[in-house]
Amino acid sequence: MKSSVKMAKLTSLFVILLSFFCISEAVFEDQVGKFDWRQQYVGKTLFAHFESNTQSSKKMFVATDKNIFASFNSRTGDLLWRHVDKTGPEGSIDILLLHGQDALMVVGDGRLLRSWDTNIGGLNWEAVLDTGSFQAACFVAIQDTVKLVAVLKKAAISLHYLSNGHQKWVENLPDSDAVQYQAVYSGGEEEVYVLGVVPNSHLTIIAYSLEDGEIIKQRSVEASWLSSIESSCVVVGQGVLMCVDPATLALYTLPIQAEETPEFSQILLQSLDLEVFPGFQPVLVSSQPHPARSPLSEFFLQLGPDHHVLLQLNADGYTIAPLRDFQPAFLVSFATTGKKTVAAVMTPKNETACAINLFSVDSGRRLLDTTVLFPLEPNGGKPHTLYVHAFLKKDDSVGYRVLVQTQDHALTFIQQPGRVVWTREEALADVVTMEMVDLPLTGTQAELEGEFGKKADGLFPMVLKRLSSQVTLLQAWLAHLWKLFYEARKPRSQVKNEVTIETLSRDEFNLQKMMVMVTASGKLFGIDSKSGSILWKHYLENVQPNAAFKLIVQRTTAHFPHPPQCTLLIKDKDTGLATLHVFNPIFGRKSHIALPALPRPILQSLLLPVIDQDYAKVLLLVDDQYKVTAFPSTKNVLQQLQEMASSIFFYLIRSDQGNLSGFRLRKDLSTERIWEVVLPTEVQKIVAVKGKRPNEHVHSQGRVMGDRSVLYKYLNPNLLAVVTESTDTHPERAFVGVFLVDGVTGRIIHEAVQRKARGPVHFVHSENWVVYEYWNTKSRRNEFSVLELFEGTELYNSTVFSSLDRPHLPQVLQQTYIFPSPITTMEATLTEKGITSRHLLVGLPSGAILSLPKMFLDPRRPEVVTEHSREENLIPYAPEMPIRTEWFINYNQTVARVKGIYTAPSGLESTCLVVAYGLDIYQTRVYPSKQFDVLKDDYDYVLISSVLFALFFATMISKRLAQVKLLNRAWR
Amino acid sequence: MASVPRLCLLLSIIPTILILCADFACCNTGRKTGDGLDTDFSGFSVPLEHSFEVDDVSRFRMRGALQLRGGRETSVSLSQSQLSEEDRNTLKEVAAVDGLYKIRVPRVSLTDRQTERQMDGYLTAFVRACSLVESHLSDVITLHTDVSGYLIGVSIVTIPGACRGTEVEDEVDLEAFNTTLTIIPPTNAPQPETALFIERMDIEHEKRGKPQEQKSFFAKYWMYIVPLVLFLMMSGAQDQSGGGAANGGGR
Repeated sequence: MKSSVKMAKLTSLFVILLSFFCISEAVFEDQVGKFDWRQQYVGKTLFAHFESNTQSSKKMFVATDKNIFASFNSRTGDLLWRHVDKTGPEGSIDILLLHGQDALMVVGDGRLLRSWDTNIGGLNWEAVLDTGSFQAACFVAIQDTVKLVAVLKKAAISLHYLSNGHQKWVENLPDSDAVQYQAVYSGGEEEVYVLGVVPNSHLTIIAYSLEDGEIIKQRSVEASWLSSIESSCVVVGQGVLMCVDPATLALYTLPIQAEETPEFSQILLQSLDLEVFPGFQPVLVSSQPHPARSPLSEFFLQLGPDHHVLLQLNADGYTIAPLRDFQPAFLVSFATTGKKTVAAVMTPKNETACAINLFSVDSGRRLLDTTVLFPLEPNGGKPHTLYVHAFLKKDDSVGYRVLVQTQDHALTFIQQPGRVVWTREEALADVVTMEMVDLPLTGTQAELEGEFGKKADGLFPMVLKRLSSQVTLLQAWLAHLWKLFYEARKPRSQVKNEVTIETLSRDEFNLQKMMVMVTASGKLFGIDSKSGSILWKHYLENVQPNAAFKLIVQRTTAHFPHPPQCTLLIKDKDTGLATLHVFNPIFGRKSHIALPALPRPILQSLLLPVIDQDYAKVLLLVDDQYKVTAFPSTKNVLQQLQEMASSIFFYLIRSDQGNLSGFRLRKDLSTERIWEVVLPTEVQKIVAVKGKRPNEHVHSQGRVMGDRSVLYKYLNPNLLAVVTESTDTHPERAFVGVFLVDGVTGRIIHEAVQRKARGPVHFVHSENWVVYEYWNTKSRRNEFSVLELFEGTELYNSTVFSSLDRPHLPQVLQQTYIFPSPITTMEATLTEKGITSRHLLVGLPSGAILSLPKMFLDPRRPEVVTEHSREENLIPYAPEMPIRTEWFINYNQTVARVKGIYTAPSGLESTCLVVAYGLDIYQTRVYPSKQFDVLKDDYDYVLISSVLFALFFATMISKRLAQVKLLNRAWR
Repeated sequence: MASVPRLCLLLSIIPTILILCADFACCNTGRKTGDGLDTDFSGFSVPLEHSFEVDDVSRFRMRGALQLRGGRETSVSLSQSQLSEEDRNTLKEVAAVDGLYKIRVPRVSLTDRQTERQMDGYLTAFVRACSLVESHLSDVITLHTDVSGYLIGVSIVTIPGACRGTEVEDEVDLEAFNTTLTIIPPTNAPQPETALFIERMDIEHEKRGKPQEQKSFFAKYWMYIVPLVLFLMMSGAQDQSGGGAANGGGR
């Protein structure tokens, strides 16, 4: 009976505890969006279409390389709706066709055909296509109305109804082993044409009857010069195939629909007075404004990187007339509105802008008043594609808006007469790594700081200086007060708090920081963490698509007047060669610092706590001959390195060989190998290695246990957590290995094997614990395991930790829990001093970010509750980890495809800044132990002060009364 | 060093505390070479080499032989010779310049003896030479194996591990190694303890559940039902007999 009472007590305690968390975690309705923001991205645009061709239409549709189909409001650039498909080739979008209200999409290399309602973004229907890789698709019209869509696969062609996706017919293509079918064409006739090529031999044209899929005719045309229809041919005019051959420098025309056996007729480019830029593959651009009609007879021929010609196919079908020569011209595009078709051409204007003009297609004349300027950013990408939205104005002239895609994946929407309506930085859909940098101090604060930095020059000048800086501070404060007073009189909506790069300064609690984000495309961004506005961007050209990035903060903002300095290490994964990009993280400007020559592949980089005379931390780069390059490498630095060379250790991990090895620096900056651990690759392979974050602080050295003794934590800053997966993937024999290795001595501190487990393993290594998550192959569920290391009840050496002098192995406690969801990423909160309790931030596939108290992942959670464990506030062990919706820090602001979570401490001990990135970017603050150091928003100052005053006066009055009473009594 | 056979199994009631389950450990202090290698030992022997040089360039020499035996009961023992006078002097010199004392063992498999027992490469570890000298050659060498019995790492520490700069006067202290040798297989990480938890929940449920089930609906909620009924009765009475009942309703 007694125990049950205890139990009840305990459960109530538990409930109280839980409710405590609930309060601390959930966001109140009026706090939504106050401290957090989300930005949604779609990725690099592959296909873009505008809604209808009226001036008032607001919608545009894009399909991207991130397998996303989305719609933007073209007035604001905001996302109207977005469909996120599976990642990888399974969800890749092969083509996007738009007709009226329907958007047709082929997904997953011809796996699915989907039709979307463009108004609301709903799925009309979805049809599963037969196997075979996708080649081409087009709309097919019957009697002037578009009713069908034709999909060409490697070995078959199928027709589907636009209304419901049902298949009208499917036909196997003849001789599909030899012939590569690459194009399908319909010009509103009774047939649909399939074009195939046997490279360098002949071209095959097959006409299928729309009605039943019967082959009406089949032609074979000699074309020994043709290797690919896709890259060198288009259909122009009344069904004329136009090809360009870079070898003979000639255009070839062929009427597709001809009854008799047709033949290519050759037109030499020379005869048209056209010359191809040496080494350039000419490209043809044509336009078919309406699927029920044949394409335009005008087309563009690109002859060089900045040379285009507008040509016209004459009515006879085999002669060509040049209409206009555009040189220089970067990009060209056709656009149709009503019956009018225009060509938009982008030409360079000057260093900072490009001009876009409209030209009449029929005559090649420039349309008046159609110039639009596209601003070229100094550190942006070059224009890549032009999407033109043309419409008829009220006076029947053609107006247009233009969407320019640049190499850095940015989309810029421009309206006449050259106003940039919006810009979307789609490179941010693929953030690779990021750092948060403190903002600089304001001018006055900096001056005060500067006072301490300078050398003392006598007592009197110092006093004067102090007084003057105090006066400046007072001035600044008065100015601030005046501004507050002035702004208070204005209506709230007029007060603008726009953040610009000039007004950036650190706030009182250092809650606003600069987020430096590195994207896979090689574009760097500086984002204000408070508002999410992009303050600077810098595009690095010549970054390989498979490059690996490492962002290092070499000098923080703390060393005024030296500017902060970040270094981005860009490593080409194939060659291993690395380059450095050094920049100021606040302004994004490239620093003009002499960079070290890095002729050899780089294996490892490490940031030392050593600083040079300019307060920049020293970066060591280890090349494949184990030689070390220091950056910066001034004399001062080299001297310091020589002095402390024997205490600089580093490790290298070669996961392909299962090899972990440690090195020590020698005085001449060469290295010696001092330890080696080898995990045989036949048994297991290393999947990830994580050390601890260097800016992590641990406030408490131990844990006070129920009996008032202290269990000291094993806080080894050099500890590495190495996670391996077995090469044997059989569910019974698969395992996940967790090794804790000292990075200096190579000593294996702990080696645990999680049997019947498989990756992907996500883990966090912090303080004295490692938390990892894996897939249990036997029970088919996700599980969390936590390892904690303790030195025991006595510290070996309480003053300093040295890996070289810690002979006893720590005690290792471990516990495992079931987690009811798969996870995509994991990170731990981080605070200034480490006093606040820790939470784990877990990114779930649903887009939620779960803030899981570390308290639940504590290997000391008791099975059986005792007096001691209750004293310690340990939660009794439960095998299943709960997921409470109040723990979702991003409430309904889901972050699609979370890839990483970054945490940074703020100036407030209670507050940790969190950025989750993936497809979207979400920034918020978390308070793992509630806001214990901040007064609440609704703190009642009036009440408190009035109570104080009232008490004060009450005391005064009662004192007076008491005096009077005493006096009266004395008189009596 | 005592052997701790399967102690951790017994302690599975407290699965949170993992004990490094050293299957068998044996030490062999400063034996002279050839001093009785067990003849019935079915294991095999690999060299333990060490290197300590003033110029920090590794030149590994024989220190002793490790006797390894695989199978269910993995065991290891070490036979090593004394340090020669020359070695002692070198060691002292290395300690004076804060050099390193390195050891290495070849990569071997303890279980798979027929096929490629000896793989290429070595496992290396180090300790500061000064701490070895100051601890009078008392070192702890630990061999780590992976799940399939391959040696994956070796570590060496001295007890005490610090370098305090104390001079070792007595030459005899540096003659023989006082080695503690352990071989540590990987520990099995625990699975979620569902069975125990369910058992505990059941017990708890039984304790709490029984008296509650016996109570009937009326017994549970009589305190709500009785006033309600009374109230209804009173209000009914009020209708019939006017204000008379109102005083009685108060109670």
